Amino acid sequence: MGLVGETVDSIKSIKIRQLLTQAVTLGMIVTSALIIWKALMCVTGTESPVVVVLSGSMEPGFKRGDILFLTMTKDPIRTGEIVVFNVDGRDIPIVHRAIKVHERENTGHVDVLTKGDNNDVDDIGLYADGQFWLHRHHIMGRAVGFLPYVGWVTIIMSEKPIIKYILIGALGLLVITSKD
Amino acid sequence: MHSFGYRANALLTFALTILAFMCAIASFSDNFSNQTPSAQIQILNINWFQEEPHGNDEVSLTLNITADLQSLFTWNTKQVFAFVAAEYKTSKNSLNQVSLWDAIIPEKEHAKFWIQISNKYPFIDKGHNLRGKDFNLTLHWHVMPKTGKMLADKIVMSGYRLPDAYR
Repeated sequence: MGLVGETVDSIKSIKIRQLLTQAVTLGMIVTSALIIWKALMCVTGTESPVVVVLSGSMEPGFKRGDILFLTMTKDPIRTGEIVVFNVDGRDIPIVHRAIKVHERENTGHVDVLTKGDNNDVDDIGLYADGQFWLHRHHIMGRAVGFLPYVGWVTIIMSEKPIIKYILIGALGLLVITSKD
Repeated sequence: MHSFGYRANALLTFALTILAFMCAIASFSDNFSNQTPSAQIQILNINWFQEEPHGNDEVSLTLNITADLQSLFTWNTKQVFAFVAAEYKTSKNSLNQVSLWDAIIPEKEHAKFWIQISNKYPFIDKGHNLRGKDFNLTLHWHVMPKTGKMLADKIVMSGYRLPDAYR
């Protein structure tokens, strides 16, 4: 009888309300981050409003670890614009500059050739086999703004996933052990 | 309230906010610069003009490019990317732009230049439309900042024409 009473007392003292509040707070933080991301996607018109530069092909302008802000408007694509595109079958976006544009009359269909500033050759080698031009549906956005170094956080987290787990573990521990 | 963790967290948040604010202000200050770039391009010679192996027209030119882009540099400028593109219209394509030459200008001192070169990238058309074609040469520049918004603009120079026959 005494043992059961003790167990019931210790369960009651877990402070259900406090636990629930903490869970809801955590949920709110995650969802507000998601809301901001989706709102950015709406405002800029592209599926990835922020990308991290992964290679050195646009040096010295964009180094590995820099962040680019993208937008995508209905404006036609012109040479000199820094475009971010996905090659069919590859999921890593590439950030290069358009150097040749051929736009067809009436339909607005456009053929684009790109090249990285720091590369010696144009990107034909990067496109899919038999593809010589990029079309509008390959292009995810145009770069309009730039922040240096901030992207290193993402690069470190994706190349050494152990750091991601350590960070999430530490955050989780902080949440559970915080008194308020 | 006064634990190390709490103080470190507050300090970090404050530092990041201030940094973001400074980046935004630096980028905003670029709006106040007075930009007066100038440029001139001369075609010195048509080196050759023929069909390349895929059947499209190709022409090789020697260009003489004079430009003064010094006024584009501000304290927030990392480099200016300048390039010359040929623009022309064909019966099938309402606009064709082919980049002929580009250069990265890292400092203000290098932004006033005179250069004579043949085109760095091949001037190839999609088709056979270049004979007797009138085209514009535009000098584009792209100001890449140390942080913030990127600016791009151009000067259009018209009145160039390709010869009527292959040579």
